[in-house]
Amino acid sequence: MKICVLVKQVPSSDALIKLNSDSTWIKEDTVVFAINESDSFALEEALQIKEQTGEGEVVVVSLGPDRAQRAIREALAKGADRGIRIKESFPYSSDPFEIASLFAAAIKDDNFDLILSGLQSDDLGSGQTGVILGELLGMSTATLVIETELSGESIRVKRELESGWFQWVAMTLPASITIQSGINSPRYASLRGIMSAKKKEIRLIEKNDLSGSIPSLQSIEHVYLPQKTKRTEMITGSIDQVVDKLSEILKRNIKIL
Amino acid sequence: MEILVVLEHNNQTIHRMSWEAVAAGQSLGKDLNLSTTILIMGSDVSTLAKEAATKDITEVLVAEHPLLETYTADGYARTLTQVIESEQPAYVIMGHTYMVRDFLPKVCAILKQPLFGDNISYRIENSTPIFIKQIFQGKLMAEVSPQGNQPYLVTFQSAAFQSESVHRGAGATIRNLSITLSDEIIKTRSEDPFQETTIDVDLSSADIIISVGRGIGKKENINLVKELAEVMGAQIACSRPVVDAGWLPPYHQVGSSGQTVSPKLYFALGISGAIQHLVGMKGANNVIVINKDPNAPFFEIADYGTVGNILEIVPKLTEAIKGG
Ligand SMILES: Cc1cc2nc3c(=O)[nH]c(=O)nc-3n(C[C@H](O)[C@H](O)[C@H](O)COP(=O)(O)OP(=O)(O)OC[C@H]3O[C@@H](n4cnc5c(N)ncnc54)[C@H](O)[C@@H]3O)c2cc1C
Ligand SMILES: Nc1ncnc2c1ncn2[C@@H]1O[C@H](COP(=O)(O)O)[C@@H](O)[C@H]1O
Repeated sequence: MKICVLVKQVPSSDALIKLNSDSTWIKEDTVVFAINESDSFALEEALQIKEQTGEGEVVVVSLGPDRAQRAIREALAKGADRGIRIKESFPYSSDPFEIASLFAAAIKDDNFDLILSGLQSDDLGSGQTGVILGELLGMSTATLVIETELSGESIRVKRELESGWFQWVAMTLPASITIQSGINSPRYASLRGIMSAKKKEIRLIEKNDLSGSIPSLQSIEHVYLPQKTKRTEMITGSIDQVVDKLSEILKRNIKIL
Repeated sequence: MEILVVLEHNNQTIHRMSWEAVAAGQSLGKDLNLSTTILIMGSDVSTLAKEAATKDITEVLVAEHPLLETYTADGYARTLTQVIESEQPAYVIMGHTYMVRDFLPKVCAILKQPLFGDNISYRIENSTPIFIKQIFQGKLMAEVSPQGNQPYLVTFQSAAFQSESVHRGAGATIRNLSITLSDEIIKTRSEDPFQETTIDVDLSSADIIISVGRGIGKKENINLVKELAEVMGAQIACSRPVVDAGWLPPYHQVGSSGQTVSPKLYFALGISGAIQHLVGMKGANNVIVINKDPNAPFFEIADYGTVGNILEIVPKLTEAIKGG
C-alpha cells in the first residue's frame, strides 16, 4: 500500500494573528507554525493503515516555504518514510485548484493507492484540495471521514454528515480521502523517531518546474480584521475586578444567579 | 443562462441553505442585472421542482436519472458538469453544505473552473464580484478575486443570506434535461445514512451552558469548569477539539457536527469562535466570552467579554459565586 499524506504547515491554533504591512497576508515572523490539525489526524491514519497491512510506504507531501521543512521532518519523526516538498515563497498560492494541480503534477508518477489529506486547512480553509487532487488523478474520493476500513483493493469509510448523521461509503482504490479531526489519537514522535527522521529523504521540487501550464483561477487580494457586529461590553481590570464585574453581570444583567 | 442556483435535498425537503443560496442568487442577479435559474438533481424530484417554481426565477431545470436516487459524489459531479456545459451559466451558486464540500470540488477539477467556497458576502467591482470569506478560522477576512473566465462556482456560508428574503414569483416554467450517466463512472457505493444515539445529555433545553474549548489546556483542568458549572447550575458543553482529545464525551460538543443549543446564557471559555462552533449556539440570548486573545472571533458575537486567562479567572469566579 503506497499512501500519500498531504501535510500543510499553518499557524498554530493559538497564534496571535496580525496583518502584514500591505494587508495582503499575515505577519509571519512572530507566529509559531505547526502541522494543520486535520492533517495530523490524516498522517496518523496513514501510519496505522501501513502498520495494519504490514507493508508499503507513507510519503508526506507539502507545498510551502522553507519553514515547512520542519512540518515534514516532524511527520518523518512520527514514522512517515519519506517526504516531498514543493518549494514556494511569498506570495503563496491561495487557489485550491492551482495547489491541487501542483500536487497532481508532483506525484502522478508515484501511483499512490491512497491519498489522505485534511478536510480543511486552518489558514485558507478552502476544503477543496484533497477532492480536486483525487479527481485530477482519476481516483475515487470521499470527504469528512472519521473511520476507515481497508480490505484488499477497496476501502470503506464512515463519513460525517450534517446534524449528527453518518454514512458508510465503499470505493475501490486508488482513492483520495479527506480526514475529519478526531478519527484517531495522533502519536507523539519518539526520540528514536526524531533521530531516524534526520536520515530520511525529503525531495525538493521547484514550484516553477511544475507550474508551467497550471493556471491560478483565484487569488486573495486583501485581508483585514473582522468588524464586530455586536456591541460587546468589554470587562477590564485586575483579575479580582473582572471576577467581581462578571458576578455582577450574572446577577443583575442576565439574572441567573 | 446567467445565474444557476443548485438546490440540495434529501428527496423530501429542500435543504435550508439552498433557499439561502437562492436568496444569494437573486441578490447577485439584481446587482449584476442577470437572470436566475434553479437546478434540481435527483431521481424523482417533480414535487420539489414545483416548490422551486414558486420563486422569482426564470426557470427550474430538472436533471433526473435513476443513478441519482442516492447521492454519490461522482453522480452529482458528472450531472452538474453536463448541465454547466449545456446551459453555460456564468455563476453556479450553492450553500456551503457537507454535500457540496463533497462533490463540488470535483466539478472544479473536471471543468478547470474556480470554486469560490464558503463566502460570507461579496462586493461588486467593475461589474465582477469580489468574494469575501473568513480565513484563519474566522480570525481574518479575505477578499478573493477571480482570475480565470466564467463560469464561477460559488458557495455561501450558512446564514450569509436569509432564506426569508427569497422573492416569490409568478410561477416559473419547469424544463427537464436529459442526463447521461453510467454505473462505471460512479466509483463509490453509499450505504444508508444513520444517526448515532449517543446523546445522553440534551443540551438543547439547558438554560445556562458553560462551554469549554482547547484553551483549557488539559483534561485535569476540566474540573475547574465543572466546579463553576456546579455553583451556577449550568450544563457543560465544549468545542470539537475537547472531544477529539478525549477530555469530554462527544455528546457535549456544540456546533455543526454536534448539538445546537439556545440557552439564556452561553459562557464560552477558551474557545476561538470558528463558524462551525458558532452555528451551534447562535440562538443564545446572552453570550459571555473569556479568551486570552483579544482578536478571538468569538468576541464579535459576545455581549460581554474579557481578555484573560481562564485558568486564573474561572476558579476565582467559582469562589466569588459560592461566597454569594
Ligand atoms: C466540517 C467541520 C465541522 C466542524 N464541527 C465542529 C463542531 O461541531 N464544533 C466545534 O466546536 N468545532 C467544529 N469544527 C472545528 C472548528 O473549525 C474549530 O477548529 C474548533 O471549534 C476550534 O475549537 P477551539 O476554539 O476550542 O480551539 P482553538 O481554535 O485551538 O482555540 C482555543 C482558544 O483558546 C484560547 N486560549 C488558550 N489558552 C487560553 C487560556 N489559558 N485562557 C483563555 N483563553 C485561552 C486561544 O486564544 C484560542 O482562541 C468543525 C470543523 C469542520 C471543518
Ligand atoms: N500547501 C499545502 N501543503 C500540504 N498540504 C496541503 C496544502 N494545501 C492544502 N493541503 C492539504 O489539503 C487539505 C485541505 O486544504 P484546503 O483545501 O486549503 O482547505 C489540507 O488539510 C492539507 O491536507
